[in-house]
Amino acid sequence: MLSIAGRKFASRLFAGTGKFSSSAVMIKAIEASGAEMVTVALRRVDLNDPSDDIMSVLDREKYFFLPNTSGARDADEAVRLARLARAVGGGDWLKLEVTPDPRTLLPDPVETLKAAEVLVKEGFTVLPYINADPVLALRLQDAGAAAVMPLGSPIGTNQGLLTIHQLEIIIEQARVPVVVDAGLGAPSHAALAMEIGADAVLVNTAIAVAQDPVKMAAAFAKGVLAGREAFEAGLGSHRTEASASSPETGLDFLR
Amino acid sequence: MFSLPPFSELKELVASRTAGDVLHALKSPHPDLSDLAALLSPAADGFLEQTAARSSEITMYRFGKTIQIYAPVYLSNFCTNQCLYCGFSAGNRIDRRKLSLEEAESEAMILHNRGFNHILLVSGDAPKAMGVDYFEALALRLRERFASVSIEVQPLETDEYARLFAAGITGVAVYQETYEQKTYKEIHLSGKKRDYEYRIDIPARAAEAGMREVGIGVLLGLSDWRADALALGFHLAWLRKRFWKTAFTVSFPRLRPAEGDFTSSMDVSERNLAQMLFAMRIFDQDVGLILSTREESRFRDGMIGLGPTRYSAGSCTAPGGYGNPDLTGEQFSIGDHRLMAEVCSDIKNRGFDPVCKDWDMTFQLH
Repeated sequence: MLSIAGRKFASRLFAGTGKFSSSAVMIKAIEASGAEMVTVALRRVDLNDPSDDIMSVLDREKYFFLPNTSGARDADEAVRLARLARAVGGGDWLKLEVTPDPRTLLPDPVETLKAAEVLVKEGFTVLPYINADPVLALRLQDAGAAAVMPLGSPIGTNQGLLTIHQLEIIIEQARVPVVVDAGLGAPSHAALAMEIGADAVLVNTAIAVAQDPVKMAAAFAKGVLAGREAFEAGLGSHRTEASASSPETGLDFLR
Repeated sequence: MFSLPPFSELKELVASRTAGDVLHALKSPHPDLSDLAALLSPAADGFLEQTAARSSEITMYRFGKTIQIYAPVYLSNFCTNQCLYCGFSAGNRIDRRKLSLEEAESEAMILHNRGFNHILLVSGDAPKAMGVDYFEALALRLRERFASVSIEVQPLETDEYARLFAAGITGVAVYQETYEQKTYKEIHLSGKKRDYEYRIDIPARAAEAGMREVGIGVLLGLSDWRADALALGFHLAWLRKRFWKTAFTVSFPRLRPAEGDFTSSMDVSERNLAQMLFAMRIFDQDVGLILSTREESRFRDGMIGLGPTRYSAGSCTAPGGYGNPDLTGEQFSIGDHRLMAEVCSDIKNRGFDPVCKDWDMTFQLH
């Protein structure tokens, strides 16, 4: 079972709550996804209003909320928002997003590391959203991040695992769980991420903007399951060329 | 400083685009300015369906099935500029009014109580009546209660924008109205706004000062809309290269009936406006596209999901008009008279989520 910072999660699919056509559709889709961990953009919720749309429609007994700092331009902003969220009962867990470029929403590695260092010291359970940079992943792990969340491709692009070779290095090296986040456009992308050994994936846009978000959520759940099972079953290694079934490797010299 | 190719060249560039250029633009993974010219061209009119489909697809992936909701708060209709098309123009005999800080706050709170979290403070150009001190004091009063507070007021200096940013102002909108210098001079008769060159660098100044969001736009009906929209694309691309941390929005307000009875010789149809919005979306996938209550509800409802990302609702363009609906002195008469709740429910009926909060003041307040 997936375990992050000592907490167990039955599902390896994390769901986002943005871009849905309504809260009703969002709830049904998240239900169909089987996700337990659900991310919520702090900028979208009214932290002082308990009847706020997103926070009130999702059952907090059933779902584990992972607030995110999307929109933060630098470490200071992210830290400020995190503290505020915790102060009004948002909990210690945080998906750290520092995205100074509002266009690509690509994460700033320098500011993310800075913010992670501060927040870990303050007792937060920090899951940073990062580019698929193996060294950065290790730096964050050393700083005390509970998991790392490298992107498959830029957010909202549905392009799949453009960063696959970097992801493979991160998965091989990291001791903390690796959650592939952003850019997963199809269940096959999610399956591939799981096949290469990711611990979990986070999906939002592909589900939210599908013609049938509920059905798509269920499809992603299956993709994640299939990919995970394949990983556990032990996949054959990749080969770029066909290999002869009667190999002639030239070992005749051996006595 | 931003400078544009001669307007005549822009006109020519748009006019000479062919159907082949349009198809190229629709297929291009990274449309450039010549693709934008193609999408704005007369040749593209025949491809409006395909253009709409592409624009809709991009909008969905970048923004989801959502529309952000905001409303303007008009603070003052005093103005030192004479602009032929504007109800606030210095020569017009309208009921002039400037809201005190208390009055402005109570107007904003009316919107707050109606569910608005994003507001735009608007005033005419009268720096003596409405200086930066006023805007700063108002921002300090409002910032705890709104997710974002933007301004559309007279151009300010960079350090003044920085002061307002620190006080809680999130964004600045400043429209060039038209990028054609000749027409610009003909319709801006007097006042500081007459200086085309000065105005064109204001968006860069606001971005430089750290504003989260900067809005640019043209007023449709003043000049050749195709060339003006292309000029806007040039301006946007230039700003993007210099201010990568700033979010940009584009607005295409069409002239509305106003005091002064300016009649435009350049009609821009709804079909033209739609083409412009689609073209801009395809050119810049992430730019916020604003569609205000200048347009009728039928058009605004029809455009949901096709490109625009932000709608105003329940707007009044007379200072003090929310608290006192009988007041006159409005900037222009609006086209969509629905209440905010009606706009939101019509958005929901179209399968979209009207988003009333998509920012947080915590980001910028220390």
